[in-house]
Amino acid sequence: MARVWRFGEDVNTDQIVPGRFAPYVTSEAELRKYPFIEARPEFASSVVPGDIIVAGRNFGCGSSREYAPQALKLVGIGAIIAPSFARIFFRNGLNLGIPLFEADLQWLPDGAEVELNPEQAVLRFEDRSVQLPHPPAWMQAVWSAGGIVPYFREHGRFPGEAAQ
Amino acid sequence: MPQTLSEQILSNAAGRHVRAGDIVTARIDLAMVHDSIAPSVIRILHEELGAEHVWNAGRIAVAIDHVAPAATTQTAESQNRLRAWVRKEGIQHFFDAGRGIAHQVLIEEGLAQPGMLVVGSDSHSTAYGAVGAFGTGMGATDIALALATGQTWLRVPETIRVQARGRLRAGVTAKDVALRIARDLRADGATYQTIEYHGFDRFSLGERTTLTTMAIEVGGKAGVVPPTGLALADRSVPNWLRVEPGATYSRTLEIDLDELTPQIAEPNHVDNVVDLRDVGRVNVDVVYLGTCTNGRHEDLAAAARILQGRRIAPGVRMMVVPASSEALQLAVADGTISTLLAAGATLGTPGCGACIGRHMGVLAPGDVALFTGNRNFRGRMGHPDAQIYLGSPEVAAATAIAGYIADPREVVAVEPRAESSTVIPLMSS
Repeated sequence: MARVWRFGEDVNTDQIVPGRFAPYVTSEAELRKYPFIEARPEFASSVVPGDIIVAGRNFGCGSSREYAPQALKLVGIGAIIAPSFARIFFRNGLNLGIPLFEADLQWLPDGAEVELNPEQAVLRFEDRSVQLPHPPAWMQAVWSAGGIVPYFREHGRFPGEAAQ
Repeated sequence: MPQTLSEQILSNAAGRHVRAGDIVTARIDLAMVHDSIAPSVIRILHEELGAEHVWNAGRIAVAIDHVAPAATTQTAESQNRLRAWVRKEGIQHFFDAGRGIAHQVLIEEGLAQPGMLVVGSDSHSTAYGAVGAFGTGMGATDIALALATGQTWLRVPETIRVQARGRLRAGVTAKDVALRIARDLRADGATYQTIEYHGFDRFSLGERTTLTTMAIEVGGKAGVVPPTGLALADRSVPNWLRVEPGATYSRTLEIDLDELTPQIAEPNHVDNVVDLRDVGRVNVDVVYLGTCTNGRHEDLAAAARILQGRRIAPGVRMMVVPASSEALQLAVADGTISTLLAAGATLGTPGCGACIGRHMGVLAPGDVALFTGNRNFRGRMGHPDAQIYLGSPEVAAATAIAGYIADPREVVAVEPRAESSTVIPLMSS
């Protein structure tokens, strides 16, 4: 079972990791302590690997800082589910191999215990089973490779071209 | 089929005719890396991708702008490692601390040009659309891949057409247009899309950059101004790049410049925009004039015209951080800096300054700031309990005099900004 962490709309990357806590001014080793350090100070110490973020639309807007999704990956976030994502965050998350699903699950309460099967894009909550939209095959290929770097090293090219 | 400017630029970069929705691998004309992301980019490039060198040192620009000059021994060491890497790779387009914000510098130096595909490690890389380039921001991994291969992969975006009519009135600026667009499109209104700005031929290069830096604030992948009008007269535009009647736009947003009044984004979202006259009385502690959105010479000069012969209100701290050394030199040469200092302002090193909340005027709990930048997120400029209001340089100057957020037209008789028939020549050209 995974715990749901609920967030609202327009969560920006300054909320995920403020610029003052960037590895450039702190350190790579400390990054796992900083996700939502000011927006939700209990998050980093309570989150466990596999937990899921469920948010409102436009998750990850603002800066291009990859250390925002990187910090969420370091604490083991299993997936992020929101009706929409800001473009750079979505791309960074995909590049890092974090499963991202575009769906509105804001009816889930904070702290809900759920089960997620990312491959089948199915989420179970109590006696409900929710089918999430399946990402395109090339996107799943990037996830299953573990991110864009292993994907690129394996295929020698970028996704998309062969998928058309 | 007629194409949008983005479709034209990405067709050229992909070497085939592309349309919105296509996923393409595209050749990069210019890649920008800045100091705070560079350590990750270099690590991914060499350690994860196993690349020995960058693909083409001549097509890479590196800037130290996010913490410039270094604020701590840690950032100082990191910057020295970056300088050593730049030397090792033979990168000539290196802009050290003090030269200014990458986006402004790459436009001043003529590195970003009409029709180019420019990728940058900073989200405000949409700036390059001011010269008719397709500029887009990316994370460290994408930039490392770009440096290794000279390519990137993109979904060709749909395009929103912003159509302006009329002329701005005195005291109303490009910043007010950008905030009006955020008010109408909202923070995610252009997600995965390009904004094309039409009806801005009279805008200076700086005013265009004010618009395009803020394309990201409505989710835009890029923001492109057609490279026409006097401000772009000295640039060479590829013959395949032109506005094509009949190109497909996902929507059109009309803006009546004649009717526009000063706009303010209230805390803590860029699309939380209201007419300044509806803001009520908001006393400020800090006025901050600068950034890639509003730190150019013309912005400083516009503020100086209002502050000429006046003093900023007691208790207000006014910080001026020029966007580039060129902006600073111009502002020194024509007395703008002298006027600002005489009014009681303080001057910082050209660069990003406190916009990312790391140094050079960060905010304390309870501080209220009028900021000419592009983001008013909670905690953006320092403490999360500070309040950030976004507005134009003219509003910043009026606010500094009044001590509360004020309409420049009510503080002094404001002249309209000069239109682009009086372009100030670039020092570097």
